[in-house]
Amino acid sequence: MSASHDDHHHGPAKGLTRWLYTTNHKDIGSLYLWFSFAMFLLGGTFAMVIRAELFQPGLQLVEPNFFNQMTTMHGLVMVFGAVMPAFVGLANWLIPMMIGAPDMALPRMNNWSFWILPFAFAMLSSTLFMDAGAPNFGWTFYAPLSTTYAPSTVTFFIFAIHIMGASSIMGSINIIATVLNMRAPGMTLMKMPLFVWTWLITAYLLIAVMPVLAGVVTMMLFDIHFGTSFFNAAGGGDPVLFQHVFWFFGHPEVYIMILPAFGIVSAIIPTFARKRLFGYDSMVYATASIAFLSFIVWAHHMFTVGMPIAGELFFMYATMLIAVPTGVKVFNWVATMFRGSMTFETPMLFAIAFVVLFTMGGFTGLMLAITPADFQYHDTYFVVAHFHYVLVPGAIFSIMAATYYWLPKWTGHMYDERLGKLHFWLSFIGVNVLFFPQHFLGLAGMPRRIPDYALQFADFNWISSIGGFLFGASQLILLVVVIKCVKGGKKATPQVWEGAQGLEWTLDSPAPYHTFATPPDPKLIHAQ
Amino acid sequence: MASTGSHETYYVPDQTKLPFFASIGLFLTVFGLGNVLNDIQASESTAVATWMSLFGFTLLSFILFQWFSTVIRENHAGLNSDQLKRSYVWGMAWFIFSEVMFFAAFFGALYYVRNFSVPWIGGLGDKGITGEILWPEFEAVWPVINNPDSQIFTSPHEALNVHEWSVSFFASFLPFWNTVILLTSSVTVHFAHTALKAGNRKGLISWLSLTVALGVLFLVLQAMEYIEAYDHYGLTLDSGIYGSTFFLLTGFHGFHVTLGTFMLVVMLTRALKGHFKPDDHFGFEAASWYWHFVDVVWVGLFIFVYLL
Repeated sequence: MSASHDDHHHGPAKGLTRWLYTTNHKDIGSLYLWFSFAMFLLGGTFAMVIRAELFQPGLQLVEPNFFNQMTTMHGLVMVFGAVMPAFVGLANWLIPMMIGAPDMALPRMNNWSFWILPFAFAMLSSTLFMDAGAPNFGWTFYAPLSTTYAPSTVTFFIFAIHIMGASSIMGSINIIATVLNMRAPGMTLMKMPLFVWTWLITAYLLIAVMPVLAGVVTMMLFDIHFGTSFFNAAGGGDPVLFQHVFWFFGHPEVYIMILPAFGIVSAIIPTFARKRLFGYDSMVYATASIAFLSFIVWAHHMFTVGMPIAGELFFMYATMLIAVPTGVKVFNWVATMFRGSMTFETPMLFAIAFVVLFTMGGFTGLMLAITPADFQYHDTYFVVAHFHYVLVPGAIFSIMAATYYWLPKWTGHMYDERLGKLHFWLSFIGVNVLFFPQHFLGLAGMPRRIPDYALQFADFNWISSIGGFLFGASQLILLVVVIKCVKGGKKATPQVWEGAQGLEWTLDSPAPYHTFATPPDPKLIHAQ
Repeated sequence: MASTGSHETYYVPDQTKLPFFASIGLFLTVFGLGNVLNDIQASESTAVATWMSLFGFTLLSFILFQWFSTVIRENHAGLNSDQLKRSYVWGMAWFIFSEVMFFAAFFGALYYVRNFSVPWIGGLGDKGITGEILWPEFEAVWPVINNPDSQIFTSPHEALNVHEWSVSFFASFLPFWNTVILLTSSVTVHFAHTALKAGNRKGLISWLSLTVALGVLFLVLQAMEYIEAYDHYGLTLDSGIYGSTFFLLTGFHGFHVTLGTFMLVVMLTRALKGHFKPDDHFGFEAASWYWHFVDVVWVGLFIFVYLL
């Protein structure tokens, strides 16, 4: 054993191969985060094309078919390339430090689950340069658009999804094994930071639904290339079957993209309110309830497809039930801030904006859950506004909050607070100018995924596009902040934030390459 | 070493080339395969794509072989603490759970077509009106022998499921014998495990060989049944929803049995080489868990695809 002991304390390897061959959770976390940021810019570029085309009515910039490719690729790249890998990157960086573990449980597989991702996205993006064009059937790839009427590049899309799924499953297995097996002595389940709890539950959701996604794209593959008729009624199948299987994956997927965000916000708000989280236990139970409910609400995405009335009612009520645990969380955050000694550094600003704007997205979600009302809202810009409110000032703001919050721990330097605040305010204004008018567009009846629209929608679209360009451009500030912070800046203390709690703050800043090769002193582990 | 009490040092492997090159192998495999499929559809030559895919798959297999060898070597070198071994146990358990969910998607699809889409196309129930308009003469029966539109999807002549509850029927019914074979193989692999735990290597090798033989026999019978289905029943992948669900479910199961048999062969080879100790043999256990898993899936298949 002592021979291997020496391996644990050397620093990182030099050069490019450090990143290609690494088994270190911090390196792999950084790889995930940089990859995610690159995909965020790529998916953002697609979004800019969409907003530029919609700036005025009429067809100005792109062909309708290319517009469809843009909406499809924007959704796929943002969901699978930006948001999910960012959370996995944060999990890699933080979970071992938070639970006092020397690394992830399965370090080599950790490297594999990252490195297959760039290949998957290279394959997916390469379809943009193929004659048939990129997938153009929307990120939800409903059959028969994605089967009978799909461009031939759908084959590469299917295999890309398979690889992304394999990556998520391996990543999740690793996270579960780490959390269940690698906790330092004294780190009981109910002492774990909420970010670890939310990720444990997220990982469970991922392992449960990514194989279902693999199943549905496999059925597509067979329908397209081997003549099966899963999604073709002429052979006894049903296109609606596609939607059921897809959304059985898709709805838990929505929570996969938000539960870790809850964990991040639950770490940041107590720090800057200088109070303990109002109700730790209830947060854990609320997270578990949301995860359970996520499996029995999928058909609320398909109210207008023609389901039996009993199904419509069941899925309506089940969906509304989610408001209860989500409300528990929101009240928890608000009660934590109540009478706290609050300061408003950039992570806190993003976290507060998260609470307010995510709640708005939640409320529009409740409106959409009402079956008869959904018949009016379905496939309009109201839906687009709803899910962008939960995903952009929801999931993505939480990722930004996390970046600012832990950046000093990762780099050893404080970031530029003025630039950080500028980034926050421009993002905050931009995101609301971008998405708030889309509620009105949707209520007035503007359908989603169209390159041209009736004249009465012109004003709100113009405003929305301006907000989009502002939001898009502001993200370059984040890049500047991060690069500046990596290169230098005021030295960060181990504690970094006065009110921060948790094992990661007992380590030096920057955290050493290998941490907790021996478990931390159990006295350092406190109840949350 | 400064570790406290019962906490051994967790072995964190040094940097490794395995996963990155495995990624290249995986990418070439599927990118090549995608091109093969698209070339076939466009009636173009598949030569380049086939070679790309085969090269990728060879690379991937080679790397995985190296990878597993490394893990085994590390264990023999005593690098794996009990805690590390538990990581492998959790890893395999959750991998099997992901496989369960993969099959759940196909079982769910079978449930949906049998209980909703086929009856509705046949004009029954809540949404029957669509079927009345599209294919008024289509009759909702399972298995679907006459497809709604047999111009597009040629109907099979006959179904392959249990249509007679008699001893003589089951006596000549291949899937019934396959059930017997797989259930028996689950017992034999368990005996192999018991022998291993008792330190009885001969018993381990003979029970494990028997399990492998049963796995291969299952696959042979399954192949015979597929030939029968294609030649005599007109039941093919493209013969409508019955064939689609039948072949996807049994096909993916057969693929998993193949993989499981391969794992058992590897374990047999290792047993012959003297690997495994009565108290340290998780590689074997993982393969046997996998084997029990494919067995359980088959029981589900036998009930929902053949019996009901």
